[in-house]
Parts: sequence; structure tokens; C-alpha cells
Amino acid sequence: MSYPDNMLENIKKIESTRARIVEEAKKGDNFPRLSLEDGEKLLRKYHPDYKDGTKRELKVGKSKGELVPNEFADVIEAYPGIEPGEIDLEQVDYDVDVLVIGAGGAGSAAALTAQEAGAKVLVATKLRHGDANTMMAEGGIQAADKEEDSPTRHFLDALGGGHFSNDHDLLAAMVHDAPAVIEWLEDLGVMFDKDPDGTMRTLHGGGTSRKRMHSAGDMTGAEIMRTLRDEVRNREDIKVVEYEPAVSLIKDETGGCAGAVLQNMETGKFSVVRAKTVIIATGGFGRLHIQGFPTTNHYGATADGLVLGYRAGCSFSFMDASQFHPTGVIFPEQNVGLLITEKVRGAGSQLVNADGEQFVYPLEPRDIESSAIIRECFERKKGIETQTGRIGVWLDSPMIDVLEGEGTVQKEFPAKYRQFMRHGIDISKQPMLIFPTLHYQNGGLKISDDTSTEVPNLYVAGEVSGGIHGRNRLMGNSLLDVTVFGRRAGTAAARKAKEVKVGTLTLRHLTAYAKELESVGIKTERISPMILPDYVGKVG
Amino acid sequence: MAEKTAEKKVETKTVKIYIMGKEYEVPSSLTIMKALEYSGYKYIRGCGCRGGVCGACATVYRLQGSYKLNVGLACQTVIEPDMYLAQIPFYPANRAEHVLENMSPAVEEILKRYPEIARCLCCNTCKKSCPQELEAMEYIQAALRGDLKKAAELSFECIMCGLCVSRCPAEIQHYNVAILCRRLYAKYMMPKAEHLKTRVKDIEEGKFDKELSEYVKMDDKQLIGEYDKRDIEAV
Repeated sequence: MSYPDNMLENIKKIESTRARIVEEAKKGDNFPRLSLEDGEKLLRKYHPDYKDGTKRELKVGKSKGELVPNEFADVIEAYPGIEPGEIDLEQVDYDVDVLVIGAGGAGSAAALTAQEAGAKVLVATKLRHGDANTMMAEGGIQAADKEEDSPTRHFLDALGGGHFSNDHDLLAAMVHDAPAVIEWLEDLGVMFDKDPDGTMRTLHGGGTSRKRMHSAGDMTGAEIMRTLRDEVRNREDIKVVEYEPAVSLIKDETGGCAGAVLQNMETGKFSVVRAKTVIIATGGFGRLHIQGFPTTNHYGATADGLVLGYRAGCSFSFMDASQFHPTGVIFPEQNVGLLITEKVRGAGSQLVNADGEQFVYPLEPRDIESSAIIRECFERKKGIETQTGRIGVWLDSPMIDVLEGEGTVQKEFPAKYRQFMRHGIDISKQPMLIFPTLHYQNGGLKISDDTSTEVPNLYVAGEVSGGIHGRNRLMGNSLLDVTVFGRRAGTAAARKAKEVKVGTLTLRHLTAYAKELESVGIKTERISPMILPDYVGKVG
Repeated sequence: MAEKTAEKKVETKTVKIYIMGKEYEVPSSLTIMKALEYSGYKYIRGCGCRGGVCGACATVYRLQGSYKLNVGLACQTVIEPDMYLAQIPFYPANRAEHVLENMSPAVEEILKRYPEIARCLCCNTCKKSCPQELEAMEYIQAALRGDLKKAAELSFECIMCGLCVSRCPAEIQHYNVAILCRRLYAKYMMPKAEHLKTRVKDIEEGKFDKELSEYVKMDDKQLIGEYDKRDIEAV
């Protein structure tokens, strides 16, 4: 299988403009970047976040009155799947200093740091250790570690990408810790792309003013994730339980967080964890398919930690802002929604329409880039249609080989090359058809720069938290976020655990939440956390 | 938008497949993973990233009438008519504990932990059972020779799905050997980034603290001014 004839026909047009566009780009004669003002206008008109009828105000909880996507409101305004009475909290199955819920990048980094600070750690996760969006991150991780760069430049770039809405303190913490995190990963044995003298090979990402994107091929997240996982497995004081998601937090009579109820997905059995401090590191909500979009996210991205934290008394920030990655696969159909890393554009490929012409600067911040693609397809009608009726534009990857020499695409993007070759498409010679895909939850539970929350003894790190990226995250700041704040959470939670005395365990907050739902007239069969999405019987 | 454009479905052709021996009829364009879901299975195990990088959905299959055993990732492999398939969501593999700090990138360190690599029969079954088509036998042989650089580079795209381990007649745990080689190579043999050390030291000494705290205190108008002033490093 390869592209069908009509698409092959159109590719000829793309080939005819390729050399000229590459030449222009080489001379620095790129399609111009939009001004802040024009970018803002484009967003308001075309970005899915601004589409009418896709959000509603929350009726319960600390963030009552805030607008969030309907699909997300559905899991927040839902009843807990457990009755407090059916769980015997006096029967403690695990008694630990720090409980980490979630075993992706943030959870693993937190577990390592907490253990190093002397804590006995339990990690509970719903799938396997490492089944997380961290594993899927392709293009890179930002850090201002070169002479011509600085943490403040990194701060400014990320702030512009987030339309100046980012929490300043959180963002400053992230850019400040970034180089140290890269050094930590280098020391753990992550195979970063380097020059022979050890200099990190860095590229631009959308919205960066300096080349600070560090990478490990196009499997940067996988390389980081498997290294962290391997290291966690080396540590005796960290126990990992898989296929046992947390279904509720536990508090004690002081109102502090004191553990969680886990449920074995295969046997249904509940376990009670008593912990002095708890870290939520469960990732985001991609599998809720906001507005029906396909997603790049892993199977378990169902917003569970947001439900747990909100019921326990946390509030949200920026939960109305979703990130649509500009370049999601729309052909072949089997791969719809999968990510094509921004590094493909960082390395020199451009987006072109059905006429083979550019229509947007290739490295705008993601929300702007996505909005321009949507406009090109649906207002200007310059997209290309697949047999299943999807419409997209071309990401012209062969430009990279024209620019850097034959073989570059295969060498720099081995995973993507392989993925397309499985369907008979050689991306070093043929472009990829793309359309924006649901990629990231910009917002999340509100945290301080040590990852603490409004609930005592509860910490939150990674995609499940909100504020660092404001309304729009830049590429390479998510792998950074999970490692920086994962480490901060581990340190803070272990330190706090030394002074906490856990009282009597209770699930009263669940009962209170259910009462609040009833009091505002929410009658529904919905229960949450969702744990896994349901694709049974579906084709898509 | 996306949700509207996908309404047009042209796919109606169906094929028979056999999930753990049981017959199902499913649309012919589906991946193994989507075919299982279409048939009524809800995954707990055997499904992770759904994008071909996590190694959760290793699958073995035979086509009717063929002796040949094939492998693939359920999320990446499109079904074929008369496919007899079973997923292998978990396969036991020994993992040797190690403290990287106390090790050197020497062949003895590998052999001490995974002596069975010396039993490699050079049968190449591991490569044939790798859904990533990696040169698994070659990287095991490289590890055996102490060529950690080669072992690291040849195994870089390993997704640790375990199919190699399931088929190896010498009972080698390829992917665990591979990650140890990669970590040792990256930690001890790749040159360190000097600019990184310098920057970390500067940050620890507080060199950027003042500037950063000034930015933190600026209002949006000042920040927008600073943002617009940025020069962009050439691509």
C-alpha cells in the first residue's frame, strides 16, 4: 500500500515547488512569522479552543463556574465508582512514606528523587511502568545550556508561546532547573545526540529564539522513559505495582492527604495505601477525545488524577486550554492522530498546501501553526482529501534530504521512517499528509513551585498540573516539565513526609463530593475516574 | 473539522481473522489492535501507546496454510485474511540489578550479569522475531566482544517488547542486555557536554537569579516588549 493515485498526482505538484522553497529557506527567505497581534486574531477565528458550544461551566468543586471542555466536565461531574463503606480503611495493605500515583516520566523522576531523600516509596500505576505520554514524546527537551542562550531567554520564549498567561514562578522554576536536569539524565546514561566532542546537538522548536532542543533521535521521550524506568528498578526502596490504578485519594481527619485506594484491574480487589505524602503524576486527558479529535496520547490518558485531586479539594488552572499538535498523521487511516514530531520542521521541512505553496512559518507556536492549517483546509480550501474524507496539508519531509543530504531523514527520524515504510511510504522521498491532532492538556491542577497543592501533603507533577505553560506549551517543554517538577515533587514530598503523622484514614471527602453533585441536581450514571477509554465495537 | 471530515466511511470489505483460534469477521483496513476492539475485546494488558514505541502489544501470528511464524505490533500491523493471532502481553525475562555508579563499560560487567549471552548460537531467530527489525543477534555479539558502542547503537530503537526473549533458544534476555549497554555507553564512553557543566555551575552559583527574578516581576506590557526585541538564531 502507498498513496492512492489522486494523492500521487498532487505530490507531483509538491515536487515541482520543493527546490525553490528549499533555496529560499536557505537564504533565510522563509514564509514570514506572524506578529503577536495577527497570531492572536488567527487563534480566535480558527483555534478549536475558541469554538462555540464545546465547553461548559463546572457546577461543583473549587473551580465552580470555570469553563472546561464538555468531555472533561463529564468526568468531573460524575460519581465515584466506589462506596466508602465497601472499603475497610483499617486494613492497610501498603504503609509507605511517599505514594506516587502514575509511573510515567514525572512519577519515575519523583520516585527516584524521593528515594534519594530517604523515603520509602510506592509507585502505583494503571498500566505498565512507562506506559505514558513521556514514552511517546519524540522530538526533544529544551534547556538553555549553550553560551548564546540563557534561562531568561528560555523564560521569554515559553511565555510568548503561552501568550503571556504562564504562571511566572512555575515557569522560572522550570527554566532554572533545566540544565541540571539534562546533566542528571546524561549521568543516568541517556544517549543524547551529541557532536564527537560532546557538544549537545540542538535544534529549534516552534517559538524558540535559540536552538535549545536536545534530542535522542526521534525517540527522545522513549529513551528518557526507559532509562528512568531502568533506574527505578535498581532501587530497593521503590516498589512499583502495575495494573493497580488509584480510584480515590484517602485523607485523614486533619484534611491532609494520607494515601489512596488502589484497585487491581484484573481481579477487582481493592488495596489501601497509607502514605505520609502523595504525589499525583497521572498525566493528561487526551483519551477523552476533546471535540471528537483523534489524539496522539497513550491508552491511559483519561484524566484520572484530575478527578482524584479535584474531589480532594484542589482547583484547576487553564483547564479550558487544549493543545492540538499541528502535525498529526491523517494518512494512512490506521495511523490517524499519531504524532509527527515538530523536529521534522526543526530539521528543515515545510508545510505546503495542495498547490505546493507555503502558507505559514513552519515554526510558529503550536496553537498558531494549527490554526493556520485549519484555515488552509477549511476556509481557503487548499487541503488534500483522503478516501475517508479527511482533509489535510503536506509536511514535506523530503526537503530535509535536499537541505542536509540524502539519508538524513532516515538517520534523524528512524522511528517515523519505519512507521511509514510499514505502509509503503518512504518519507525521505514522499511528503506526509497531516492535520492537527489532540496532543496535550495545557492546564491542570493548581500547584506551587515546589509542586504542593491546596490540599496538605498532596503534591502534583507533570501534565496533570497546570500553569507552567499557560494556555499553550512549546515543544520540548513537556519532557522538561515532567523531569523538573517530578524531581521537585520527589524532594518536597520526601521532606514533608519526615514531619507528617498520619491520623485516622477517611473517605469522607467522596461522600461530600457526591452530596454536592446531588445538591446542584446532577443526576447521572457516569462514574469516574474513567481508567480506560472504551473502543469496543468501534472502527475508528 | 476533524470530527466532521471523518464521517465519510468508504470501507465495507471484511475479512476473517482468528483471535486465539476463534473466528471473527472484521473490516479489512483495521490494525490488529483495532480489530480486537472491534470484535469486542477491551484491553487491560497488551495495549500502551498505540503508536508503535512502547512495546506493550507484541503479537505473533500465522497465516492459514503457512508454517511461518510472523511477529508484529498489534497497534501497527494491519490485519490480513485468515490471520491466526495471539498477543503476548507479558513474557518473563531476568533482569540483573546494577548500580551504574560502581561499574565500568567493560565486557566483564556485562558477562557477570548476563553470562548466558556467551551461549548465543548465532541462529538469528532474535532478529527474525523483532518487530523493529533490529540486528538483535549483532548487538548481542557486539556486547559479547565488549563493543558497547555498537551494541548501544544497534539496539537504540529497541522497544523492549520481549519477542526476542520469547524465541531465543539460548534463553538470552536481549533487551535487558541492550539497555545496560546503552546506559554504560552513554554514561562512560560518550564525551560529556562541557557547555552543560559550565551552565549548571553558573546556575548553581546564582548567576542568572537576579535577571530571572526581574523577569518574574515584570508586567505583561514590559514582557511583550522584551519578547518582541528577541533576535532569532538562524536555522
